[in-house]
Amino acid sequence: MSAESLAALAPMVPVAAAALAALLHRAPNLREAASLAAGAVLLACIGALVGPVLAGERPEFVLVEMLPGLDLAFRVEPFGLLFALIVAVLWLPSTLYSIGYLRANGEAKQSRFFACFALAIASAIGVAFAGNLLTLFMFYEALTLVTWPLVTHHGDEEARRGGRTYLALLIGTSTALFLPAIVATWVAAGTLDFTPGGILRGRVSYGMGTFLLLLFAFGIGKAALMPLHRWLPAAMVAPAPVSALLHAVAVVKAGAFCVVKVVVYVFGADGTVADFTPLVTVAAFTLVAASVVALRADNLKRRLAYSTVSQLAYVVLAVALLAPLSVAGAAMHVVAHAAGKITLFFAAGAVYTAAHKTKVSELDGAGRRMPWTFGAFAVASLSMIGLPPAVGVASKWLIVAGAAQAENALALAALFAGTLLSAGYLLPVVYRAFLRAPAAGDSPHGEAPATMVVALVATATLTVALFFRHDVPLSLARGLLEGMRP
Amino acid sequence: MLDHLPALQVVVPLMSAPIIVLLRRPGAAWLISTLASFVAFAIAVALALRVAETGTVSYAMGSWPPPWGIEYRVDALSAFMLVLVAGVAALVMPYARRSVAAEVAEHQAYLFYAMYCLCVAGLLGMTITGDLFNVFVFLEISSLSTYVLIALGRGRRALLAAFQYLIVGTIGATFYVIGIGLLYLVTGSLNFADVAQRLAGIGELRPVLAALAFITVGLGLKLALFPLHQWLPNAYAFAPSVVTTFLAATATKVSVYVLVRFYFLVFAPSQALEGVPVGGVLIALSAAAIVAMSLVAVFQPDLKRMFAYSSVAQIGYVTLGLGIANEAALTGSLAHLVNHGVTKSALFLLVGGIVLRGGDASFASLAGLGQRMPWTSFGIGVAGLSLIGVPATAGFTSKWYLIAGAAEQGSWWIVALVVAGSLIAVAYVWRFVEAAYLAQPPAGAAAGEPPLSMRASEAVAVALCVVLGLVTAFNIGFARRAVGLLLGGAG
Repeated sequence: MSAESLAALAPMVPVAAAALAALLHRAPNLREAASLAAGAVLLACIGALVGPVLAGERPEFVLVEMLPGLDLAFRVEPFGLLFALIVAVLWLPSTLYSIGYLRANGEAKQSRFFACFALAIASAIGVAFAGNLLTLFMFYEALTLVTWPLVTHHGDEEARRGGRTYLALLIGTSTALFLPAIVATWVAAGTLDFTPGGILRGRVSYGMGTFLLLLFAFGIGKAALMPLHRWLPAAMVAPAPVSALLHAVAVVKAGAFCVVKVVVYVFGADGTVADFTPLVTVAAFTLVAASVVALRADNLKRRLAYSTVSQLAYVVLAVALLAPLSVAGAAMHVVAHAAGKITLFFAAGAVYTAAHKTKVSELDGAGRRMPWTFGAFAVASLSMIGLPPAVGVASKWLIVAGAAQAENALALAALFAGTLLSAGYLLPVVYRAFLRAPAAGDSPHGEAPATMVVALVATATLTVALFFRHDVPLSLARGLLEGMRP
Repeated sequence: MLDHLPALQVVVPLMSAPIIVLLRRPGAAWLISTLASFVAFAIAVALALRVAETGTVSYAMGSWPPPWGIEYRVDALSAFMLVLVAGVAALVMPYARRSVAAEVAEHQAYLFYAMYCLCVAGLLGMTITGDLFNVFVFLEISSLSTYVLIALGRGRRALLAAFQYLIVGTIGATFYVIGIGLLYLVTGSLNFADVAQRLAGIGELRPVLAALAFITVGLGLKLALFPLHQWLPNAYAFAPSVVTTFLAATATKVSVYVLVRFYFLVFAPSQALEGVPVGGVLIALSAAAIVAMSLVAVFQPDLKRMFAYSSVAQIGYVTLGLGIANEAALTGSLAHLVNHGVTKSALFLLVGGIVLRGGDASFASLAGLGQRMPWTSFGIGVAGLSLIGVPATAGFTSKWYLIAGAAEQGSWWIVALVVAGSLIAVAYVWRFVEAAYLAQPPAGAAAGEPPLSMRASEAVAVALCVVLGLVTAFNIGFARRAVGLLLGGAG
């Protein structure tokens, strides 16, 4: 099969999975088998694209001309493929985990859940392969809309409130800031195609460029820069698998992905088009401030949510530094954080399922009862902090090296503080779980259902495996540097 | 025969009305008006294709050449509107059979269909004619039939709404006729193109300015330009569902279209408008319409009223583009006539289905609608996205051009305004989504979808909301041609 048809097929696979999930409403086993099969097919599709893209091929195709001169177009470049790859890789364990989680917790409306979940994957792939800003925006909005039923899955007052914040902030920022930024780019540059070297060079004044950059950075609300980050903790009312795949991987990474893509392929990662200092400052502030909030959060999922806000700021900070090393580090961090954070959320969901505990302070001794879960949690924590033998160290290394290359003291200080703080909010969980004695009167419980444990051990293994074998993601991340050359 | 298509465009629905009155049977009445509207749609499409191929078609009524006789003129702009009006007229007919049977007394049904045909004929006539006074005649035909159609709604409040509209509509029509009287005084002609030619280079002349003022206010009343919109919410809320749908999608749009003809093809070439801040006034009123009416919509107690106020706000987008008046903004404006027409048709058709099953569309009765009427709820969700202007829906395409038009001339506050309007639209569509999907249905609430014939119309309208967002050859393509005509000179 040609690379073009593979790229066209890839987003259709999860769409088909969604349709199947809706159709097989009455046959849960068949429905879940279909979801797993779709995951395998998608992974095969995306995986088969890696070879050609690394060999320099850039499969592209136009679906339809949406507006005169503006196509609904797709173009697979290395960074997009990297994002699609990590989404595809993590969809399988997520499905496995969801099956266990939904059944063990007796959740309602499981078909709707699987259908929306698959549609979210399709939207994320669409974001990854988008060939221009308009296509990107379309899938970005679609991703918000199809994940809303997942956030409000429980349908109670709390879910409704969370859903409201989620939608208000994401749709609000995208409509009020992102869309005008896209239109202004269109008016100024006459094109919206992602082009190596950017499209704004020489088209806008320095001040206007800086203004546009900020419009983009805040308009892409999914990147959760402060003060527009509140949707992310609000989304934690969702069931754990949703938090895991969507709010640690697909949705937030779509945000970070969009920022990187815009900086590189629209601004050309060029400091003469816009002033990147404000963006660096905001990202550095978010990085530290969110870590401090995470440090003080007792609810485990909330702590992880703020950790995500902080880790997203790493990506934004890295790309805003414009140093080649840190730009590659930004791409790498998308992968590293995805694998680590999904494990952490899986673990949080497993604890909830097995013991109905949501708070860090209740976890004393839990590691002795759930050794696999907390073992995986510990490994993922190492990756988050940036310690070997987990993949987090690779991306942080690149980002710090880039900050040194850019001679940016503020960024270096923020990265240093962020690392210390992340150790501060993650290690106590591991410490409590393994080294403290369980509280008296604590109900005895074991591990969560097997499918969940298998999933979270698999993703934890991935973080370690990527530490040793990171040639594919690193080559794809390096491919992003092509975008910095006109 | 084919040469006479412009005449048949109006004659077919016009002559169907007396036939329906003679036959009197509801079934036959429905059948004839359905046939008439589908034939009218086919003619409109044929005319549009011909215009796209060979350019403007001019038809001399009774072979009296213009400017002495009445000219029917089909150019890119009027062809575009003909397709919209006739298209919506045909779209609602499959739906009308069951909906009218439920909402209009049986012995009045034939009157309903007769008036409907007259209304369609009037709106098509206003669109196709190239004669100022002929516009007035058709305006009155469509208005009078509209008053009756609204009054046929259930309950006594429909009568009051119709009476309100009658007073306001009559004032509007009178103003319009005074305006063209003044133009006739100055030019001695009633043909659009001829008047434009005679006005060219005439400079500032008080009667022309007075004509401009009278025509603007007169048509402003008919198109519900804020703050002349007071008649609209009641009329839409209490009219039968079919009427609400048809009016929301076409009636106000045709008045906008006539206004556009006057501004760009009659007054603009004459330089009579120089020094008159028409654009500024339009932008200010549109801004108020978009923000105020969207906010009012958020707090309406029932769905029909909510979408009625939303209509006033959406007309604000159209007039906003007219005020900005550069190429992109005008494209957005004209495209929004179709995009909003289709979107509101879908919404009002779906709401009509809810009324049919549940008796009313108040928010209290919408609880848990997602479970009771899954297709209807989903449809309102999709059309709601188009109303907001989410990418890949019809509503997005017009807003894109409006924002681009404002950005081109650096009016960032207008960009902010359009965006703010969309965000408020999120809030009111949101209210529906929360009520339908996150509230539990009350025990014993009515369940079940409307009949299949109604769902067919609804499905087509909802599908169009998405298709027109992806395949833009008609809404954007034709709008761009029409804008070329408007900005290219006296056409």
